[in-house]
Amino acid sequence: MRVEGREKVTGTARYAYEYPVAGAAYAFAVQAAAGPGRVTAVHDEEVLALPGVIAVLSHRNAPALKPVEDGELALFQSDEVAYRGQVVAAVVAETLDTAREAARLLRVDYDDRPPKVRLSPGDPGLYKPEEVNPSFPADTGQGDPDEAFGASAVRIDATYTTPAEHNNPMEPHATIAEWRDGGLTLHDSNQGASTVAATLAELFDLEPAQVRVVAPHVGGGFGSKGTPRPNVVLAAMAARVTGRPVKFAFTRQQMFATTGYRTPTIQRVRLGADADGTLTTIVHEVVEQTSTVREFAEQAATPTRMMYRAPHRRTAHRLARLDVPTPSWMRAPGETPGMFALECAMDELAFAAGVDPIELRVRNEPDTEPESGLPFSSRNLVACLRRGAELFGWDDRDPAPSVRRRGRKMYGTGVASATYPANLSPSKATAAAAPDGTFTVRIAAADIGTGARTALTAIAAEALKTDASRVTVEIGDSALPKAPLAGGSMGTASWGFAVTRACEALRADLDGGASPPVEASADTTEEVKARGDYARHAFGAQFAEVEVDVDTGEIRVPRMLGVFAAGRIVDPQRARSQFIGGMTMGLGMALMEESTMDERFGDYVNHDLAQYHVPACADVRDIDAVWIEESDPHLNPMGTKGIGEIGIVGAAAAVANALHHATGLRLRDLPLTPAAVLTNL
Amino acid sequence: MRPFAYERATTAGAARAAHTGDAAYLGGGTNLVDLMRLGVAVPDRLIDVSGLAHDRIERRDDGAIVIGAGVRNSDLAADRTVRAELPVLSQAVLAGASGQIRNQATTGGNLLQRTRCPYFQDVTKPCNKREPGSGCAARDGENHNHAILGHTLTCVATHPSDMAVALTALDASVHLHGRDPLPLAELYRLPHDDASRDTTLAPGDLITAVEVPPPGMPSAYRKVRERASYAFALVSAAVALDVADGAVRGCRIALGGVAHRPWRAYRAERLLTGMPATEESFRRAALAEMENAEPLRDNGYKVPLTANLVCRTLSDLASGEGGRP
Repeated sequence: MRVEGREKVTGTARYAYEYPVAGAAYAFAVQAAAGPGRVTAVHDEEVLALPGVIAVLSHRNAPALKPVEDGELALFQSDEVAYRGQVVAAVVAETLDTAREAARLLRVDYDDRPPKVRLSPGDPGLYKPEEVNPSFPADTGQGDPDEAFGASAVRIDATYTTPAEHNNPMEPHATIAEWRDGGLTLHDSNQGASTVAATLAELFDLEPAQVRVVAPHVGGGFGSKGTPRPNVVLAAMAARVTGRPVKFAFTRQQMFATTGYRTPTIQRVRLGADADGTLTTIVHEVVEQTSTVREFAEQAATPTRMMYRAPHRRTAHRLARLDVPTPSWMRAPGETPGMFALECAMDELAFAAGVDPIELRVRNEPDTEPESGLPFSSRNLVACLRRGAELFGWDDRDPAPSVRRRGRKMYGTGVASATYPANLSPSKATAAAAPDGTFTVRIAAADIGTGARTALTAIAAEALKTDASRVTVEIGDSALPKAPLAGGSMGTASWGFAVTRACEALRADLDGGASPPVEASADTTEEVKARGDYARHAFGAQFAEVEVDVDTGEIRVPRMLGVFAAGRIVDPQRARSQFIGGMTMGLGMALMEESTMDERFGDYVNHDLAQYHVPACADVRDIDAVWIEESDPHLNPMGTKGIGEIGIVGAAAAVANALHHATGLRLRDLPLTPAAVLTNL
Repeated sequence: MRPFAYERATTAGAARAAHTGDAAYLGGGTNLVDLMRLGVAVPDRLIDVSGLAHDRIERRDDGAIVIGAGVRNSDLAADRTVRAELPVLSQAVLAGASGQIRNQATTGGNLLQRTRCPYFQDVTKPCNKREPGSGCAARDGENHNHAILGHTLTCVATHPSDMAVALTALDASVHLHGRDPLPLAELYRLPHDDASRDTTLAPGDLITAVEVPPPGMPSAYRKVRERASYAFALVSAAVALDVADGAVRGCRIALGGVAHRPWRAYRAERLLTGMPATEESFRRAALAEMENAEPLRDNGYKVPLTANLVCRTLSDLASGEGGRP
């Protein structure tokens, strides 16, 4: 069971908005109903006259903030509107209902122009970013891919698209802000208290120690809470202006313009191979969008740089700067859209070359990381594929498409590889022993629903050589030792590293005769820096079976299997949940997730969960995840690689490949819908 | 939301009398309260009719089944008589919403729910249904889920109810307080030049019950959607079919997700009656019904989908895969 499981199932675990605060006022955001352009008037006097309204914040009266890197946080700092839906004002009132009604009534005038929001591969405004998220080169190349492609016996040249997708964690982005004794206390829903505290200190020109961020429980983030969002700035500003503690949350509808999303992508992949499927050329070129506020460049082609061997290769990213909200991280940014394209192209190549899709991948397995030449710290993709083939029943698969039919349904199976980098960041932690034989470990880690608190408790108990029931792990508070955010699947690795070192030091103190109370601390900065040069990645093989109704085009997925090689698995139960959670999100990406942009207005129109669909229980049938035990000494003391994201990476391609096997249709645009099946069948 | 008065009605007469100005009746609130939060519905008074004694399902002496307007969707779907004799209705209700919403939503409220067109639900965008004269943003916008039949320049929205589609196929009518019963076929309307009215009801009209005539044909409901549950229909079909000696003696076909109202496929019904109960007849009739379809930018797929769905549901019923009686 999770350490905090009882509090969560009994409803006593508090989330950001739920803390009782004496004298709280309530804020509600006003979004631009036009844009891009300028705000020309805010008729705040009309709503200030309403009973219970305390303040209206806008560019006309907002306190000046210090500039920070993320322009989305420069709330009310100018009359500019970058995109429809941007927050242009806020109402603070005695109750939430009053604030919301006043926000509805607040008239704002705009001078706007038609939005430019269409992502197109022929856009003359496309440009090459200096680097892609977080710090990879935009383009890479080796050999002469164009010539090699032309000379290849088997060629695939296909364009794949993925739509904008929104993270939609269950808990919306929410904050309670309170100024006390010159300092700022924030109960905030985020993926990293240290990061939020540092950014807010910068914005409000405070010493880092003057900002405290508390977030013991977080109802999901999927990347959208990895950076501070306008909600935390809005709450802090409203609290400062009114002199009251302020509660603020975005509504679900508002989140579609304010809390990040996955960029749509247009990806052209060219694969050239010998007749037996041995790759000679891989070219992966990506077009995606960013905003006029801040550049975010999703690294969609980066997995192509390390997946398969080929002497001639090129990857490239081009961005369009559009009048849209800034895209950001969404579970496995880069790998998720990129591997959809690459792994569908690999399936097309397997079919064209007449090679089994698993054998094709095995045949192109590299000895070292293809572009860097670095040795892999460990790479067990082939083992995952082989094990999955055995468990899924791949060996007696007839490769012919569109030949399996029962009644009015067609069936097919597909496979795709998955990968995700084994990231690691420096972290601090402390471990303390009390006279009663209990231990307390402190670290500003975040449990966003992953089970991080439970995993860290197990890691600490192991290093302390004690029972987990004697260990309390305190997380989710910027007053605790500084830690990186829950992102990049690096939480357990980075935090666990510092926790292990702190606990080892404490154990050594105790074994050396120190008597409690005693505390030890750790900072892994030097050790992280000193690691050897290896290519460190997790791998996986994902399988799916699809069932397609010939009359309606409805696509269901009766079976999904993921086999992963992700280092040592610390906590099997939570790990399985992470894997199948990622796979379920990948199922949604494959079949239904799509944020639809209305180009006339310039916003995403299906902005709630009744219209933006994620899988329901009935969609998730026989789904399973297993793993290969890996012992990799080049990672961290626990030998872990991170498991939060890899489950989504190969899921959509596996489903799309299975759809081809079932129907003979090669659908290259996500999501795969009844409309697309019916119009093409 | 706009501040409003709330009162609980104890009789239909009192509810009717209390309904003045911008009042609205409150049943389960599963749609109305959402629309109030969004500023789409701004009633100044809510008259809670969930406590009225309209909470029973009864069979009248003439065989008709009368469903109180306050009967919760879950209770309706689970009712023994309904399940045995009107399987199309039970299936349709269970195909809609989620268990929690069905526990809360009422029969009358289900009939009167508003379209889920995204532009109707967003007060920053034009919508003739919400704000007459402002225009229809869906007509040339995102209309993947919109109408292919009976739409106008004014409005391309669809009616969202599954239950109403089944009731339309069953030739049901609504009982109104202080007025004559109204067949469902006359309750719902096409947008014509006024999309603001979904129905022909006058302000303050109160539905007290739904009456379903004595059933007599096997029937079935099929709903197509991108996810397996908890989604509005892309297209749905409620079909009742009576076959004797290999020929169609009678049939009723109602379609959901294709028009501003549940769409009764009269043309297909007429064509089928007396014809051999074969897949070929079914397909010909289904395609004939689609001859008047006018798909929009994003929903051309609904034309073959509807034809396939009607043909398939009829075929299944003919081969005995549908529900009794």
